[in-house]
Amino acid sequence: METRRGARMVIDPKVRQVGFVTPGSELGRPAAPEPPGAAAPVPVVANSPSPVIIPLLLIPDTSSLRTTPLPVPSPPSRRVVAAPPADDSMPLGSYNPSDAILGSSQGSSERTGNNDKHGSAPTDSLADMSLSNASTLAIRLEGLNVTNDGISNVLSTSTVRSAVAAAPTSVEHAFQTSSGQGIIGSVPAVSVDMAAAANPQAGIDPRPMPLKDRTSKAERRAIQEAQRAAKAAAKGVGTDIAAIADGNVANEVKSSKPSSQKKGLSEKKPAVFSDKKPVVSSDKKPVVSSDKKSAEKASEKDKRKDIPAPRMQFDDEQRVAKAKRRSLIEQTEAKNRVELFRHLPQFLHGTQLPSLESKFFHEDPLHPHPSVFQVGLQYLTREIVGGNARCIAMLMAFRDMINDYSTPMEKTLVRDLTAKINSHVSFLITCRPISISMGNAIKFLKTRIASLPVTVSEFEAKHSLILEIDRFIQEKIVFADNEIVKHAVTKIRDGDVLLTHGSSCVVEMILVRAFELGKKFQVVVIDSRPRLEGKGLLRRLLGKGLHCTYTHINAASYAMQGVTRVFLGAASVLSNGTVYSRVGTACVAMVAHALGVPVMICCETYKFHERVQLDSICSNELGDPDALVEVHGRKDVYSLRGWADSKHLHVLNLMYDATPADYVSMIITELGMVPPTSVPVILREYRKVPYVM
Amino acid sequence: MGPIMKFQVVVLAGGMSKKLFPLVSKDVPKALLPVGNRPVLSYVLELLEANNLKDLIVVVAGEDAAVRVGGWITEAYDGRLHVEVAAVSEDIGTADALRAVLHRLVVDDVLVVSGDIVSDVPLGAIAAAHRRKRAVLTAMLCSSPSASTAEAISSTGKDKAKKPSPIDIVGLDTSHQHLLFLASGTQVDKDVKIRRSLIRVVDQMEIHMDLMDAHLYAFNRAILQEVLELCQGIKSIKQDLVPYLVRSQSKFGAIASGDTQTEAVGKTPNKDDSGQPQTPMQDIVPLPQHILPGVLHPASLELTCCVYIASEGKYCSRVNSIQTYGDINRDQVAGELVFLTGYTVSNQNNVIHPTAEIGSKTTVGPQCMVGDGSKLGDKCSVKKSIVGRHCRIGSNVKIINSVVMNHVTVEDGCLIQGSVICSNVHLQERANLKDCQVGAGYIITANSEHKAEALSKREKS
Repeated sequence: METRRGARMVIDPKVRQVGFVTPGSELGRPAAPEPPGAAAPVPVVANSPSPVIIPLLLIPDTSSLRTTPLPVPSPPSRRVVAAPPADDSMPLGSYNPSDAILGSSQGSSERTGNNDKHGSAPTDSLADMSLSNASTLAIRLEGLNVTNDGISNVLSTSTVRSAVAAAPTSVEHAFQTSSGQGIIGSVPAVSVDMAAAANPQAGIDPRPMPLKDRTSKAERRAIQEAQRAAKAAAKGVGTDIAAIADGNVANEVKSSKPSSQKKGLSEKKPAVFSDKKPVVSSDKKPVVSSDKKSAEKASEKDKRKDIPAPRMQFDDEQRVAKAKRRSLIEQTEAKNRVELFRHLPQFLHGTQLPSLESKFFHEDPLHPHPSVFQVGLQYLTREIVGGNARCIAMLMAFRDMINDYSTPMEKTLVRDLTAKINSHVSFLITCRPISISMGNAIKFLKTRIASLPVTVSEFEAKHSLILEIDRFIQEKIVFADNEIVKHAVTKIRDGDVLLTHGSSCVVEMILVRAFELGKKFQVVVIDSRPRLEGKGLLRRLLGKGLHCTYTHINAASYAMQGVTRVFLGAASVLSNGTVYSRVGTACVAMVAHALGVPVMICCETYKFHERVQLDSICSNELGDPDALVEVHGRKDVYSLRGWADSKHLHVLNLMYDATPADYVSMIITELGMVPPTSVPVILREYRKVPYVM
Repeated sequence: MGPIMKFQVVVLAGGMSKKLFPLVSKDVPKALLPVGNRPVLSYVLELLEANNLKDLIVVVAGEDAAVRVGGWITEAYDGRLHVEVAAVSEDIGTADALRAVLHRLVVDDVLVVSGDIVSDVPLGAIAAAHRRKRAVLTAMLCSSPSASTAEAISSTGKDKAKKPSPIDIVGLDTSHQHLLFLASGTQVDKDVKIRRSLIRVVDQMEIHMDLMDAHLYAFNRAILQEVLELCQGIKSIKQDLVPYLVRSQSKFGAIASGDTQTEAVGKTPNKDDSGQPQTPMQDIVPLPQHILPGVLHPASLELTCCVYIASEGKYCSRVNSIQTYGDINRDQVAGELVFLTGYTVSNQNNVIHPTAEIGSKTTVGPQCMVGDGSKLGDKCSVKKSIVGRHCRIGSNVKIINSVVMNHVTVEDGCLIQGSVICSNVHLQERANLKDCQVGAGYIITANSEHKAEALSKREKS
């Protein structure tokens, strides 16, 4: 382990290996010709087998930047910013064709597409650069609005969810201002990328809707005509490539997805679309085979099922207003939210609880079950915190609800109960955004409901669901924790100095268990404002008789010296190995990594998620900003009081952060200790049960 | 669906109160005592109705009183509320009364409301606080009538003659959520004794004298039943049951030491005998069967007693003495609280029923109320007073700071100051009353003068 860490420190342009890395490709990368100068990181990552970073040329740049080990400054990114556009575009073009199939096809297609339409590759790539910078630094968002066409290209090609979500506000802006032509023009690139994308996860476009909305009138008519023609000539049998491709236009305009890879033949498409007018192409080939069409429809249905609904973006006023109407709680949105986090929900603190309390006895179709209501209250007041506790509380509430449930007349249990659970979940979300672990548990429950046989009686169905919930809690949480403790304890040796951050219940169990086994070690508890959760952990550990040191995160770099192991909990582990956890975890992990201390993340596999996230911006939770303003027990610290009146001040209280996989030495799960790169394997192998949305 | 949110409501309407002696009688049980020309119980019932609690159990002490109260409720709330009236024998404590209806309680939690509360506190908030904490007991506290009691406290040291106002001594944790100590002021002689073990558990405790127990509690039904059945010695809710539960919580170390995170304690992974780390689950979420084994078993559900402190803007007080009765009556019409009664206020800031007849040169001042069908003669003056229904008041009568109930006849030239005059009282000419309470049906002879007296008919007559 020591040697590995040493080696990692040296690597400069870091390559992120996510998912399965075949040894061949790993070997091949260093052998690939390294272009000189500014573009150096770009090709390396474009070549990487990661399914995550394929489509966007410049996102890899950001990832390489953010995964660079701590002390190393990052000149490449600066150079990218500073360099003239012509210089940047040159290596792209010159390098890509000589690269692997993946990179070349993508690069060339995009280039040809761009050149055909706009004839200005440099500006496009400049836009690309600015996007990458924006997502890296998350500051220069305004740069995006300048070159809309370029961005729309990048966006439609980008299937990386996080890349889009990295700069959500600007993304939307780009969508609104970009012309329909630009989008159509970019379709070929999409399809090529999709064909290349190995991981179906990459196909999830977070926002297909705007694409659909932005089709121009002429295009819609064209699509409609094509469909009508297809219906008329339904009996005709033919496998005309162009016609299929035409069908693909319709599909891809609706939602970009990896369907086109099934049809293949991507090299023909640029030719079809180069004339920009789908009307023409539909006139040319009106005949579409019926079986193809139906198959397509079916596949589209499947796709819709697979693609999760786009997450609620709270800067979308219409949708927020709609959601408000449906929710039980009256919510007043906080006014001065931080611009970058405007897409996250944040409500004025203190307005939700009274409104919820006043509704306590009201009879309302929206009114949740008493147990769920209670849990919602406890979420709202932060009386239940922590991924496991919240998840168990929710499941127990649902258990009560199912116990009291009786199917209304003229309804089926499966559908009605699913709808009921949906409404309860949305109630819980209004109390506090649900965690990823809870999302997984909800999915599990819904899958179980959906897979109930129709013939089974209501009593039996309820009974089996309750048993399933109990089993989930037992197996996925309780036993999993025990297994994690067993695994982790083996890593604690006499004389160790263990460091932890915040208060993780698994880590606490590990420490206590190791202590009971008679191991001699010390614990450093690192805490952070404003919640100071570490204090509770510290008190309990001291109560057990452990030897502890307590410090705040400001002193992390000092406290880390002499530490031999870092144990951290996690809210979730994402499929690229990113650990999504209580804010401050990334900082601790980074310091530990810089000082060569192994970082162990303790996380049950039910918290794993297929999502890929590169930063903590796109998906996070905002805490109460006032919590930062007041210091408990210090009445003299009041300089920030009344901050809400100031237009110029935005107080940001983030709840979670994302720790890149590079800082994580090992993830301790109930299935064993795995490197962060193996998370997709666990997700694939141990989640055979299909989830139904 | 069954009871909403699994709460049942018990209203303890009481019977004959000794404290309100001349005012209540066989004909007028305490629950029907008019406050602002409406029975006091109506305020509670309407508060409950506003909170969508429509299935109630009203416990009345005394068969006669129960019949009267039941009759009034069916008349006034027919179809709006579903009320069961239970009669218990007189002269039993509140806990005994609760014990009598225990078998009717079936759901998770019980809201016990005293029938003499006049308040607009959101009950949902109390219930929500109770549920949130999974408390055994949640008591509502409101700020006691501050100014008068503050003076009373300071003055009690000097002149013992003045009756010490029944304030409560309340111990809270620093987050103002847990109830650690409760003693009513009347019980405490000189010292407040707080056990050291309690302080050891909670580190810090705040003692409040400015809070008053509003006699509105939410109980966990299972534990309430068990305690009441096991400990037959518990007579009164306020004096026995609540202190018992508050004491029990520290006995089992359930209180999170000083901070708000009760779950933090609950989550501590226990170890059982086999050395296997016990799952945190049992502690985080009490499984249903955990509630049943019993409160007195240490392994059972942790006991927490919580409080809900009514916010500043809310009104809450109880009609439990003549003084408070007068205060509430005055408060009812004193501006802001009129909305509780549901009357419309005139421009002169008083409430005069349209059917009331008022003679010439008679002035009805602000903060007054005159009921329907009452007749006031000429040159009368009514200040800060309530005149009930169908009263006949002659000329040259002055009524100041008083409550005159229904069907009272006041002849010419009377002076009534700071008094409460019950129904059917007859004041003959030029009677002069100051700070008196006159029981129902009493006849005050002409030219008589009374000061600070309680006048009532003999019960035998």
